[in-house]
Amino acid sequence: MPGGYAGKYLDIDLSKNKIKEITFEDKILQQYFGGRGLATKILWDRLGKKWREIDPLGPENLFLALTGPMTGIYPGGRIMCSGKSPLSNGTVGSTASTEFAVELRMAGYDGVIVSGKSDEPVYILVTDEGGEILPAKNIWGKIGEETIITLNKEVGAILSKKKPNIGLWKEPGSIYIGPAGENMVRTAAVMTKLCHACGYGGYGAVMGSKNLKSIVAKGRGMIPKVDAPESVKLLWKEVHKGLINRGSFRRQGTGYGGYATGANSSSEPVRNWQEEWHDEKQFGGPYFETRFWVKKKWADFNCTVNCMKVSCIKSGKWKGDITDLPDYELQAYCGTNLGIFDPADNIHISTVIDNLGHSGINGPNSMAFAAELYQRGILKESDFGFKPIWGDAEAMDKLAWLIAKREKIGDVLAEGTYRAAIKISEIKNIDFEELVKYAVTVKGIEVGAHGTRSGLDYTKDISYAASVQGGDHTSTVSDGFTDMSGAPFSDSAVFCNFCGSSVSIQFDFAKAVTGFPISLEGWRKETGPRIVTLQRILLLLGGPDIIWEPLKDDDNPPRFYEPLPSGPKKGMKTDKQVVESRMQTYFQTLGWDNKGIPTRDTLKKLDLSDAETLMKKLRE
Amino acid sequence: MSTLWIARDYSSCSGCKRCELACSIKHEGWMWPEASRIRIFMPFPGCEVPHLCSQCMTYPCVSSCPVQALSIDATTKAVIVDRSKCISCGKCINACPGKVPFLHPGDNKATICDLCGGDPECVKVCTEAGYNALTAVYERPSVNRILFSRNPIEVAKDLAVLFFGEKGEKVI
Repeated sequence: MPGGYAGKYLDIDLSKNKIKEITFEDKILQQYFGGRGLATKILWDRLGKKWREIDPLGPENLFLALTGPMTGIYPGGRIMCSGKSPLSNGTVGSTASTEFAVELRMAGYDGVIVSGKSDEPVYILVTDEGGEILPAKNIWGKIGEETIITLNKEVGAILSKKKPNIGLWKEPGSIYIGPAGENMVRTAAVMTKLCHACGYGGYGAVMGSKNLKSIVAKGRGMIPKVDAPESVKLLWKEVHKGLINRGSFRRQGTGYGGYATGANSSSEPVRNWQEEWHDEKQFGGPYFETRFWVKKKWADFNCTVNCMKVSCIKSGKWKGDITDLPDYELQAYCGTNLGIFDPADNIHISTVIDNLGHSGINGPNSMAFAAELYQRGILKESDFGFKPIWGDAEAMDKLAWLIAKREKIGDVLAEGTYRAAIKISEIKNIDFEELVKYAVTVKGIEVGAHGTRSGLDYTKDISYAASVQGGDHTSTVSDGFTDMSGAPFSDSAVFCNFCGSSVSIQFDFAKAVTGFPISLEGWRKETGPRIVTLQRILLLLGGPDIIWEPLKDDDNPPRFYEPLPSGPKKGMKTDKQVVESRMQTYFQTLGWDNKGIPTRDTLKKLDLSDAETLMKKLRE
Repeated sequence: MSTLWIARDYSSCSGCKRCELACSIKHEGWMWPEASRIRIFMPFPGCEVPHLCSQCMTYPCVSSCPVQALSIDATTKAVIVDRSKCISCGKCINACPGKVPFLHPGDNKATICDLCGGDPECVKVCTEAGYNALTAVYERPSVNRILFSRNPIEVAKDLAVLFFGEKGEKVI
């Protein structure tokens, strides 16, 4: 067996209440590595032929929680969640930092594959003895904070009973959903550690559709052995040295972005992206830091970047709220994009969102979409039961609950922004093209908080438009070559993007861990393209409710082509011609035709010929 | 006589657990957090507690051992476990006010911090990262040391109040 793998995966059918252990051939692991890559392969093999008919929220879909061979060994251990996405109808490799991933591996498993649907709410406990399906009635309906407290106590007691004499058990790791996931809100996240989320893709809803509240893991084994341990130990020290030298990022995390991204690069969403510039200095990092950061260096497993900071509100109307910084994305999506420029209000909305198990980007994107429709008189106070006015944190709090519980207009917004646009156009009898102007999504996935109009952020013309993960800001496109050794690699090796070192060290590390003849060039030309091409295939197949039209839907949200109305970059917009021409270059680099459909030769080259029949139909 | 002691500042612990990796690499040859002599507990996110032997002046673990498997190192004053003698009875765990020792996930023998013979790996990585939750100090033994031998969940409850105020009373 190659190094870095525990070697086994738990395959759990919740309909039949059956658990088995499975393995994958070395060839598959070498071709798809783990995490996002392997998830895509599993989905293709098991669901590919009938992909269009599979309801992402039906029992046929799979929920995958996978690690990769570098998880826990390379700094920044993460879990990767996937399945057929209820937002894009394709796949997303959605990751979050958590001890859960490492505990799973220490228990002897590289991942969990969940199929079917349980009759009653359950959670899965994974230990060195295998998997167990346990009742979750007492935690169903609970918010994140209560879920963690209850699970830690309950599982702690189970573990102590299993081995009462060994001394104290450290708490287990877990992933779980909040009420949003339980109610199959399509934007719901898989949550962990109170405020960390596998946010993109809507996999919280997939867990909810299976009546699966949580997966908890506790292992006592070592982290899987590697091919060249002495090299790995040296590289591990070397990477940490580099991470420790990251001065301002270690101090600030992304928590200084809420002011700077708006003021400096005019790319921060404001009031549903109507603007991308602001100069609200009281929303700056130091104001969060001085008043709310109770722990300034908070790190996840095997990480010395500590970009997380724990925030707590200790006085005033939001007293008792606990979350992280918030990070830049939530400063934007739970702040500026809702017209909120007060740090306490922003922390409060972030806390509510995390506790409800909304994805902090995707859920609030739908909230801002609704608030703009209210601003424009399309939605009325009666649709909500209150007035969703920009900047009103109490109203936004209510709106987050409305969506999580699928009440009133919340039931429509719970379908995600794009589908909500379709439904509202029907309910209000308004042309869809008119409504979709206000939906900031790409292929059903709400866009991360980095605009493309000013040209000053890392996101540009085709960053989202060409991505197989739509609006996901953690896996954007700049070209079809170097990208392949970026997020497709780290999401498959499964470590945190913010723990990146030089690419050459990362690939030396990967080689020393696995023993595979792995190389940077190989990932750029073959492994990366194989994973992304397979994701593209599944995205093009889509269905059952929405099938994306190649080229037409390979585009930015309409808003990105409107000129910026304010700030130093006023008047700038994303250039459609540049998008169109760079899109073709991207397709060509990946060996896809001019509609972005992989060619027969490309499929053959990437060992994906079993997709030729389906792709041939699309080409016609 | 002054000896090495690992001073701990709980509130500075980032929770990165690199100490567990460094400790297990030193003692086990590979990354094995569950076998690490220092263990980071996190009963609620944000409330991380480094848990390791505090070398109490009275060494209740040593006197509790029915087979004399535990002894005190003459130089470092750390508790040394003779694994060939240990019978895995768990008496040392119960004798410890903080339940610091544990039975090793591999050989099931009592496992306690040996201060790496005087140059602890956990301190090195914590210092290198600038967290300084763990610091190597040279001090005369003190009655206060036993006060650091405390159930980590109880310590975490205190930290929760320190960090979160009144709300902290409810989270653990």
